[in-house]
Amino acid sequence: MSEDHHHDHQHHHDNRYSDMQARVRALETVLTEKGLIDPGAIDAIVETYETKIGPRNGAHVVAKAWSDPDFAEWLKRDATAAIASLGYAGRQGEHMRAVFNTPDTHNLVVCTLCSCYPWSVLGLPPVWYKAPAYRSRAVIDPRGVLAEFGLTLPETRKIRVWDSTAELRYLVIPERPEGTDGMSEEALAKLVSRDSMIGTAIAGMQP
Amino acid sequence: MNGPHDLGGQMGFGPVAPEKDEPYFHAEWEKRALGITLSCGAFGAWSIDESRHARENIPPADYLTASYYEIWTRALEVLLERHGFATRTEIDSGHKQTVPATPKRILAADMVPGVLARGGPCDRPVDTEPLFQPGDRVRTRNFNPTTHTRLPRYARSKTGVVEAVQGSYVFPDDNAHGRGENPQWVYTVVFDGGEIWGEGADPTLTVSIDAWESYLERV
Repeated sequence: MSEDHHHDHQHHHDNRYSDMQARVRALETVLTEKGLIDPGAIDAIVETYETKIGPRNGAHVVAKAWSDPDFAEWLKRDATAAIASLGYAGRQGEHMRAVFNTPDTHNLVVCTLCSCYPWSVLGLPPVWYKAPAYRSRAVIDPRGVLAEFGLTLPETRKIRVWDSTAELRYLVIPERPEGTDGMSEEALAKLVSRDSMIGTAIAGMQP
Repeated sequence: MNGPHDLGGQMGFGPVAPEKDEPYFHAEWEKRALGITLSCGAFGAWSIDESRHARENIPPADYLTASYYEIWTRALEVLLERHGFATRTEIDSGHKQTVPATPKRILAADMVPGVLARGGPCDRPVDTEPLFQPGDRVRTRNFNPTTHTRLPRYARSKTGVVEAVQGSYVFPDDNAHGRGENPQWVYTVVFDGGEIWGEGADPTLTVSIDAWESYLERV
């Protein structure tokens, strides 16, 4: 058994990663034995991104921007501060920019080089956002990508793709759906999906 | 480096596969991989730029077939070994054999909220005025470093317009290799789809990148 295991290591492909559950358990075990990590901290990190930091944060930002023109202006001028005023800041949201969809222009955010994403307002990125299909095509064939999300924009609509190549993190502010006059901020926030804040959907669209 | 990570404009990966009601994690190990990666980042032994470069250095065939948490894990192992926190044998066996290097910080559970809330701002003051202003036409440089860069291949040697001066930030091309933070001005530069993709480009498309000053030349 151990001989087979050793033999596997000689192959070009690295079979150490064929069982990620075992691989990561070994890593956590040895780092804990060495006193370098605290498994409780890992639990706390996971709990934070499962329960506290997610797309509801971003939806709150968008709904407030729709409801409060002064806030929308602040968001355009200094997104980091405006978003922080709602309590959303920190890791992978240190330098925020809000980009507003208009009747002329649709915004789409990608990170072709890795997986940069505004964690403070959207939480952890979905798998597709980090995968080669989206990262390769968003910049060259955004309409084809949007069609795979069920979104077809008018042919004349300009598409602006933001490739997150530096430490700025982009939040798309979708257009407010028609027929929502008089709705409360809370009700509006329910119309704002995660994807509409990446640009692969519009607000009010059925996922 | 022209690694497997530099994906803009590549073809053949098939359709995007959005997942309805996608869970935050697809396996228990992904949770641990996230937490271990962030915990080890707290050591203060390497920068985000060095960790990105470690991910880019995964062999292409492995990179392109790995899930993102696998990419993170593979790169983390390299960083732990490089900085003296664990040997390959220890990582493979899951048991301590050596005394590790001393981290600047060990992330305890009660530190997590503060650390996540602070994040890692990388804006830094510079002494110079920005070379470019909104509206300026610029061309990106053509280079192919074997080292880390954040200028994607598809956007090299392309002419665009500066849309915004975004402040001054740590320069990853240096910082990834321990050559210092050497901050520079960063600009949002917009390109027409046709400038990047040529014939057949979507006429409604513009693409922007955020470019450090030394990536740009005046046209």
